[in-house]
Amino acid sequence: MQSILRTIRTRSGQQRLIDIASVIVLTAGAVIILIPFFWMISTALKQNGDVFLVPPQWIPTNPKWENFSIAFAQLKLDVYAFNTFFIVTAVMTGTLLSASFAAYGFARLQAPGRDTIFMLLLATLMLPGAVTLVPTYLMFNTVGWINTYLPLTVPAFFGSAYFVFLMRQFYITIPRELEESAMIDGASVYRIWWSIMLPLSGPVLATIAVFTFVGTYNDFFNPLIYLSDESKRTIAVALSYLSGSPRSVAKMNLLMAAVTLSIIPPILLFIGAQRYFVRGIVTTGIKG
Amino acid sequence: MAVSTGAKKPKRRGWQARAEALNAYVFMSPVILGLLLFTLGPMIISLALSFSDYNLLNDFQLIGFDNYTKLLNEELFWQSLRISAIYSVVSVPLGLTIALFLAILLNKKIRGIYVFRSMYYLPTVISGVGVAMLWKWIFNVKHGIINNVLGMIGVKGPNWLLDEQWALFALIITSVWGVGGTMLIFLAGLQGIPYELMEAAEIDGANRWSQFRHITLPLLSNVTFFNLVLGIIGALQYFTDAFVITGGGPNNATLFIAVYLYRHAFQYLNFGYAAAISWVLFLIVMLLTLLVFRSSPLWVFYESERKAK
Repeated sequence: MQSILRTIRTRSGQQRLIDIASVIVLTAGAVIILIPFFWMISTALKQNGDVFLVPPQWIPTNPKWENFSIAFAQLKLDVYAFNTFFIVTAVMTGTLLSASFAAYGFARLQAPGRDTIFMLLLATLMLPGAVTLVPTYLMFNTVGWINTYLPLTVPAFFGSAYFVFLMRQFYITIPRELEESAMIDGASVYRIWWSIMLPLSGPVLATIAVFTFVGTYNDFFNPLIYLSDESKRTIAVALSYLSGSPRSVAKMNLLMAAVTLSIIPPILLFIGAQRYFVRGIVTTGIKG
Repeated sequence: MAVSTGAKKPKRRGWQARAEALNAYVFMSPVILGLLLFTLGPMIISLALSFSDYNLLNDFQLIGFDNYTKLLNEELFWQSLRISAIYSVVSVPLGLTIALFLAILLNKKIRGIYVFRSMYYLPTVISGVGVAMLWKWIFNVKHGIINNVLGMIGVKGPNWLLDEQWALFALIITSVWGVGGTMLIFLAGLQGIPYELMEAAEIDGANRWSQFRHITLPLLSNVTFFNLVLGIIGALQYFTDAFVITGGGPNNATLFIAVYLYRHAFQYLNFGYAAAISWVLFLIVMLLTLLVFRSSPLWVFYESERKAK
């Protein structure tokens, strides 16, 4: 007993030291993570001439807040934001509907070949997207979908492997009694999915929604290859064209103002829905 | 992955089972169609394309292994493989190590730890073109912060993005910044390790290193495995940052295989050739994944083994 007590006592002293050291290391790391953001906002607030001062001003002496509104107007961010949110909304709708619908089949209904299909679906998680890229592009080209939002949104309605998996894992934790009583009342499986399973799936649906939002909002490659009209571009693609233009360096403050504005939606979502981001990872069932 | 068939039910009559199967197929139909339309179909077409000279000018015509032999003789293709290989070999282990280290620190019960967790995860949420442009500015030779901070301690920073020696290294640095996703998966794994195990080891007099070496690492090995597989697949498909920050340059010093593929598919419109590149990439990913899976019995420790002992 004595020795255990002693162990615990010295342990708590040592523990405190380690905790302090951890906080110091974590703070240093957090500073490294935040410096780029700080630099971004600092540049965004500068006068055009102050951007290239050597040594640089860390905190602009007279911040030009109007840079944000100028960037917003000049770069037509309203148009690109509208396009982006249109795509994001469509993709979210498609993903949520298809994932929750398909997962019910995998979780509850028996059919020959069901498990093989499920395994095949999971295997696609490891497939590099590059393999299907060229033919998918040619396929959309053949049906005349290039330069429309269809190639970006329609595939979402066919179930994304990871989210179907997530939904199925959730469905199998729901007790069957709930469905059985509805079945006795004569409800069809479709009705059961819609009015029993879906209302219970709020948190998982929210998890899928936030990941879909972030993934689609940040997606660069697909809008880059499928959209050609300037007026149809998404925020990500529009930004990338600014970066490539020779004028861009001269207007680094406006460019950084635009970048700052562009990361606001995902940051707000992250702040508001943090637990769903964490849940999405914890419920993958990778542990144990 | 265990696919449970649920509780045993009494034998059902044939028509009932058939009706259930029919409903099951209706529910699964989006996935079945999706697999056919967007995965299996394109894969077969892609394989066929890779043996053809289909491009902007030529119609589809089979040319045997010509694309592949041409690839193997193309200096730029080997360059792209080399760049992707260097990037993967450096950034994946580096990312895993830093992510694990951070996860261990973030697993402590300290007040305010949630704020730190969010901060470290934040870059993952906003990864994309905007952040890539921010990095481009940060690495600016004269006005970027990195060289200015280096200047403060008397080091003359390199011309990061325009120097062949440094451009790839700069991209590796940016990849480490986005290590939050991997970190969070490690953190979830760490929280699955029973606290009593650590405590017991401590009372037995195990020091921190041996606790880490003999408890944390083995119990976390399946999570490491998961992160390693995802890391390799991600690194070999690395595109956005290279495209936006360096555009594959200078002088192809950051010509990743995905950038090389993009050029052939969407700039030169060599669809057959691009399909061949994508199949080589696919084979490499498959081989590496298989290798990792095959090696896993040597170093991945599963919970069931622990319970069996």
